[in-house]
Amino acid sequence: MIRGLVRFVDQRSGGAPFVRKALRYVFPDHWSFLLGEVALYCFMLLVATGVYLTLFFDDSRSATTYHGPYEPLDGATVSRAYASVLHLSFQVKAGLLMRQTHHWAANLFIAAIVLHMLRVFFTGAFRKPRDLIYLLGLGMLFSAFLEGYLGYSLVDDLLSGMGLAIGYSVAMSIPVVGAYLAMLIWGGPFPGSADFWPRMYIAHVLILPLVIATLLALHLTLVAARHHTQFRESPRTTERQVVGVPTFPGQAPRSIGLMLAVFAVLFLLGGLVQINPVWLWGPYHVGDATNGAQPDWYLGWLIGGLRLMPGFDVTIGHYTLIPNPFWGGVAFPLAVLLVLALWPWAERKVAGDDAFHNLLERPRDNPWRTALGAAFVTWVFLIFVSGSGDRIDVWLGIDYVAQVWVYRIAALVLPVAVFFVTRRVCRELVAWEVLRRDMPGS
Amino acid sequence: MTRSLFVSLLSALALSGTAHAADGKSLYAANCSRCHGALGNGLPGLAPSLRDAGALGADFYLRTGYMPLDDPQTHPSRTRVLFSEPELRALVRYVASLGNGPPIPHPRWRDANVAAGLTLFTGHCAGCHQIVARGGYVTGARVPALGRATPTQIAEAVRQGPYLLPRFSPKAISDRQLDDLVAYVQYAKHPDDRGGWALGHLGPWPEGMVTWLLAASALVGVCTLLARRVRS
Repeated sequence: MIRGLVRFVDQRSGGAPFVRKALRYVFPDHWSFLLGEVALYCFMLLVATGVYLTLFFDDSRSATTYHGPYEPLDGATVSRAYASVLHLSFQVKAGLLMRQTHHWAANLFIAAIVLHMLRVFFTGAFRKPRDLIYLLGLGMLFSAFLEGYLGYSLVDDLLSGMGLAIGYSVAMSIPVVGAYLAMLIWGGPFPGSADFWPRMYIAHVLILPLVIATLLALHLTLVAARHHTQFRESPRTTERQVVGVPTFPGQAPRSIGLMLAVFAVLFLLGGLVQINPVWLWGPYHVGDATNGAQPDWYLGWLIGGLRLMPGFDVTIGHYTLIPNPFWGGVAFPLAVLLVLALWPWAERKVAGDDAFHNLLERPRDNPWRTALGAAFVTWVFLIFVSGSGDRIDVWLGIDYVAQVWVYRIAALVLPVAVFFVTRRVCRELVAWEVLRRDMPGS
Repeated sequence: MTRSLFVSLLSALALSGTAHAADGKSLYAANCSRCHGALGNGLPGLAPSLRDAGALGADFYLRTGYMPLDDPQTHPSRTRVLFSEPELRALVRYVASLGNGPPIPHPRWRDANVAAGLTLFTGHCAGCHQIVARGGYVTGARVPALGRATPTQIAEAVRQGPYLLPRFSPKAISDRQLDDLVAYVQYAKHPDDRGGWALGHLGPWPEGMVTWLLAASALVGVCTLLARRVRS
């Protein structure tokens, strides 16, 4: 029966050689190669839960009166979008489970991409011929930032509104074109025209998922075409051979196991840990605000950038050329994106290394890259932490204003210190290894 | 230092008999007069006049433990109440007798409208107290969470306006609206957490922590486990 089915498909697709090749594809053994797969499975779950949510979500911001099982909002004037999310959370079967799982999956998706990217960066996996794969991954990361922000905004609760108000101010702050750009996107002054919600919605459920899926397909195709990198497991490992386990029976069960683990963790969180309880935040009306509002974790670095930048506007006479939010909200993320995007080319040029690399370097093997990378991560991380300074003030009693100054100085000084310490540690580790190897009797 | 002085003073009072303990005037003289003056006129730059504080103000500051204060320059926070119930009543009665202040309010919040309260809270309070009344930081001050505020204290705070909190007259927030507001704050103490573990109602901040410390680290663990199994 199965044999017959396989023959049927093969005769009509001619796929047998391809499948045979795919099943023999060799995967490296190291655990860090599975981080990208975690992100992949998060994405799959995001699409699946997201499709379920679209069945009940209403993308209109026109006003309606809420009448439903959640009494503390009974009779409140809310948008249709917000009301549909309440309906989804309180009345639809498994609605809240799906919504919470979707949100946890988004948080984990980006966390997994970041971990994956750290692995790729610090082992030099991005080097030729995989620089393009790395760029595609970077594109997914930044698309995911935007995608997550839109999801956070669409539900139209108090946090959504505050987040959009910040996004609007940041868009407006772009010199010369900012005001036109904001009008173009929002369709009018904040909170925007009636078109704005459907625009966000189509971007969130169609355009950006398609962008991410396309980048993902290219990313994986190129990985398969150029093959995975691998660590130098023994002195005999060369650039020209591949060591690891085949797709079947080695990697496939491992990968399916990982997929089930990712789904299990996310559904457990979705069922047991409350995330974004929009019924408690309440609906948003222009001018409303709550203390302690925060973006989802992956945009914390932008809030940090906005908060940390000293308050000044660049003005010519009475004309404000560069309003302050530009620095933290536009220039900072662009700088981070540019550094990350240009790194493989910059490294190749500086090191004068135009060779193909299939073998990875351990972080210690390339002290300069590791040290610069650690300094860069420290810089972004400090700005990220400063974004929740108010919470740290309340939680640990460390004065907020003092914190801001500490972060401002630390963001300039600490990366330099981290650079020198990391480079030294790398060199010492290598020296220690050489010493141990050369010791008689080792 | 000053606080331990109060405590020893109080124990001395307690030892000398309950008749003294309920004497508002001597309690005032012992605990309040140094800053607020013998007649409750206040001292410029140090402490405000208590003449119009009334029973409402006295009840609020004493029952939250805001007063008496160690150092008049510090921003008070909710602490242990230093007085017994009869002492509190006597002291409140005495402070009320200093002038023509308002009486202790009695919010009737049990059948008030929580939905209307939420709207009022969003408009007037959430900017500092956080939408689920968990408190936070504003420039120059830490805003208290309202989890331990009693209905009476909530009503008193709205009418009194302690520290950075504006004073809301019955014109700004009517007594009926105040009942709604109190009903909402009471609700927010134990809101509907149908999503599961509420993470302190602090929003994305603890959610990010759970993402990294629980989910991401668990799955990194799974990755190392899966990779090891195949190798052995």
